[in-house]
Amino acid sequence: MSSIDASIPPPTAPRPAALDALGTRARFGHENYINANYGIKSWLLTKDHKRIALLYLASVTVFFILGGIYALTIRLELLTPAGDIVQPMTYNKLFTQHGIIMIFFFLIPSIPAVLGNFLVPLMIGAKDLAFPKLNLLSWYLYLIGALFTIWALLNGGIDTGWTFYTPYSTTFSNSYVVAAGLGIFINGFSSILTGLNFIVTIHTMRAPGMTWFRLPLFIWSHYATSLIMVLGTPVIAITILLVAMERIVHIGIFDPRLGGDPVLFQHFFWFYSHPAVYIMILPSMGVVSELISTHSRKNVFGYSFVAFSSLAIAVFGFLVWGHHLFTSSQSVYAGMIFSFVSFAVAIPSAVKVFNWTATLYKGSISYDTPMLYALGFIGLFTIGGLTGLFLAALGLDVHLTDTYFIVAHFHYIMVGGALMGYLGGLHNWWPKITGRMYPEGWGRFSALVIFVGFNLTFFPQFLLGYMGMPRRYHAYAEEFQVLNVMSTAGASILGFGLLIPGIYFIWSMRYGKFAPANPWAATGLEWRTASPPPTENFFRTPVVTWEAYEYRPMEEMEVIGPDKEQAAQPAHGEATT
Amino acid sequence: MQLPRLPFTPEQASTVSGQVDALYTYLVAITLFFSVLVTVLIFYFAVKYRRRSENELPQPIAGSVKLETMWTVIPFLIAMTIFVWGASLYFTLYRPPKDAIEIFVVGKQWMWKFQHTEGQREINELHVPVGAKVKLTMTTEDVIHSFAVPAFRIRSDVVPGRYTFAWFEATKTGRYHLFCTEFCGTNHSGMNGWVEVMEPTAYQAWLAGGGSDSPAAQGEKLFQSLGCATCHRMDTQGRGPVLTGVFGKPQRVQGGGDVTVDEAYIRESIVNPTAKVVEGFQPIMPSYQGQVSEEQLLQLIAYIRSLGAPAAAGGTTTTTTNGQSGGGAQTTTTGIAPDAQRSNPLNSTSPRLGGAGSGGASQSSGNSNQMPGGGNSNR
Repeated sequence: MSSIDASIPPPTAPRPAALDALGTRARFGHENYINANYGIKSWLLTKDHKRIALLYLASVTVFFILGGIYALTIRLELLTPAGDIVQPMTYNKLFTQHGIIMIFFFLIPSIPAVLGNFLVPLMIGAKDLAFPKLNLLSWYLYLIGALFTIWALLNGGIDTGWTFYTPYSTTFSNSYVVAAGLGIFINGFSSILTGLNFIVTIHTMRAPGMTWFRLPLFIWSHYATSLIMVLGTPVIAITILLVAMERIVHIGIFDPRLGGDPVLFQHFFWFYSHPAVYIMILPSMGVVSELISTHSRKNVFGYSFVAFSSLAIAVFGFLVWGHHLFTSSQSVYAGMIFSFVSFAVAIPSAVKVFNWTATLYKGSISYDTPMLYALGFIGLFTIGGLTGLFLAALGLDVHLTDTYFIVAHFHYIMVGGALMGYLGGLHNWWPKITGRMYPEGWGRFSALVIFVGFNLTFFPQFLLGYMGMPRRYHAYAEEFQVLNVMSTAGASILGFGLLIPGIYFIWSMRYGKFAPANPWAATGLEWRTASPPPTENFFRTPVVTWEAYEYRPMEEMEVIGPDKEQAAQPAHGEATT
Repeated sequence: MQLPRLPFTPEQASTVSGQVDALYTYLVAITLFFSVLVTVLIFYFAVKYRRRSENELPQPIAGSVKLETMWTVIPFLIAMTIFVWGASLYFTLYRPPKDAIEIFVVGKQWMWKFQHTEGQREINELHVPVGAKVKLTMTTEDVIHSFAVPAFRIRSDVVPGRYTFAWFEATKTGRYHLFCTEFCGTNHSGMNGWVEVMEPTAYQAWLAGGGSDSPAAQGEKLFQSLGCATCHRMDTQGRGPVLTGVFGKPQRVQGGGDVTVDEAYIRESIVNPTAKVVEGFQPIMPSYQGQVSEEQLLQLIAYIRSLGAPAAAGGTTTTTTNGQSGGGAQTTTTGIAPDAQRSNPLNSTSPRLGGAGSGGASQSSGNSNQMPGGGNSNR
């Protein structure tokens, strides 16, 4: 990379080093959001979307580690057919808590609240989100919700499955359903506020010249995600309230003995929780669109089709909840309609996969870590999506639902899709977020280990599912053991693979090479400001005169630097190599 | 449909197993085709168009409406073939045939309880004849369970307050896993058992060995002991509607509209009598919720049904076709006609040893011993 524009003076710029204890200002040589001020208070009371993103990054990482420990314990128990490591009740709590933590406290906030929070204003050329205080509030709501849930876990846990099916959750379970539910209820408001903030920001705060069709696809997918967050989350909140009221005062909404209907709960629950799957995967699709384009230096093929497919997924996603109820005594005609719409919602996802693949055609494809994650994502998401067709096919779903097939399917979407996108995105924007490069060799190595470990963990589960092994089984029949051993072996490789980025990301914050403003020679506005960006994001308001993904030689790419002189300075450009 | 079985598939032991596997094979082929296509393209592009110099700047390529249309329409058409195939299979799976042997299933944390029409009861073990259609009428005493037999490719949730149905026709004798597949609490993974598919003669012998009264006969006793008979009299003088011959027929209820008298309506009328009151009667019946168990409810329903099915449609076909099902080996014992039930007490008097001995088939003797006494009692 011969000529990378940097808006930053070289690190030796004469700044009073004594001013900052950590020495960051001296090292970065420009004032940025990290070194603008110091002290715990400056972080906990910050209104800067970038700092809030880092607060989220720290908190979702803690929950990811916790959920991962649960997952490894589950896999360890399933190494042998007998239920020998933990008690049945403990096992039930393990998978319940794994699900609750991973879904509500990791996957749903992961990309939107970390990468979205950091990047949405930068990508559209805004100084911050529309409501910075609400943004901070949303993090506190997340924390309060998390505390309730942790309180429930420490006091004995919850054993209903993350799906909280009634009447088990309302009448029979002797665990902390209300406390954990309250945690999710509060956490839901954090989602709603984030979604609301994004919608308003994208509508009103785009930089001059940043028209809707010049927006990066990351923004489109976050817009679609925000719609689901704002419209869907209240439904789960109401549902949880009803469960709590049923448990506490027996109002009889779900209990058949009081005239209620337990299957009604499943309708309510999946009305949110199916769209929630799209809350998890749509942002990841947005990330992958960016990564594929950036690392092949090509405009995304069929931009408007990819953009509108996100909206189509958000809208159709609200109409398919009944496909979780094909065997729940739902009418066969209702089943038919839900099956039909489920096949329809698969099409926009297929369109995205084909467009990403076509983007590679005649590109300039790098093998940088983010690209490895993006390419891995396409493969795994394709398998995850196609196995969804098995489950949308009514007669086949009868045999497959509630087995390991469904466990494998949604892990291909949630881990193979959402998590891979998150990790790829984290690598891609790490230079922008921290101003430091991660070690590329270790990055590629761990991406490969994670890919292998992931497939070894979850592919055998498809086979187990078709053979009939039910999910949520603490002990299982002997003929299922070989595949379970493979799955557990894969899980340990996956766990090991995930440790590596955990280590080098922390290492790189202190020892990584300095990142230039635009290490990937990408086109987005976020790459035209310094790394890390200043508190106000840009030294002056950017004016957008180019289309999305319009790749040009680096010399021609306008940089929004502090002033002309600095912008014109030559870069310390070999950071990527 | 005789396709070779793919690896990692369970045994095909029912008439629908092969059909489900055929759809599965079709989907595996589609999945392989598209994932190999995408993977090969990605690898090919990634190698062919790898970055050769840091300054490379590829030509932008505008989208192509033609291509977009192509890869929207073709996947949609393929998806529609899967949809139609899957839906027609679903109808097969969830439309129980009329001429089936009926077995009552009650789920309970954490066991499966079965009662055959002849009165035989068993727990976590279900004996059925090969080559006969079997319909399961299911409910639960507590939480939602799900009844699944992978070898038959069937599954149906079992929901409190409702009756759900499943049916199958076993094609191969043997023992097959039976799982609860809806999480139901602490010992969920222990809520499983076996389906024992037997030769019809062995099944008959097994049925003969140590049964109790038929559900309908037990229901009749309950009908007397609970005092139902004082209001629901055989003549029209009672304070409640006459129940003879109502099953399967529409009844006009207060507030307008007709309700077909089926399992669900009878159940509701016992546990929540005021919900839909038959026209011309007062809502004076007390609720029996908590006083009758799910099994007793099923017995009461069996009794009311035995009081006469709709004359032309149901009654005759049920009894005649029952005789023909299962290879013609059965007699009226598989039916639920009143006279069949009356004859059942005789079965229970026949000595257990005789039943096991005359069974002939090896499985029957082994398994009638596995459910001694306890299998016949209520718990």
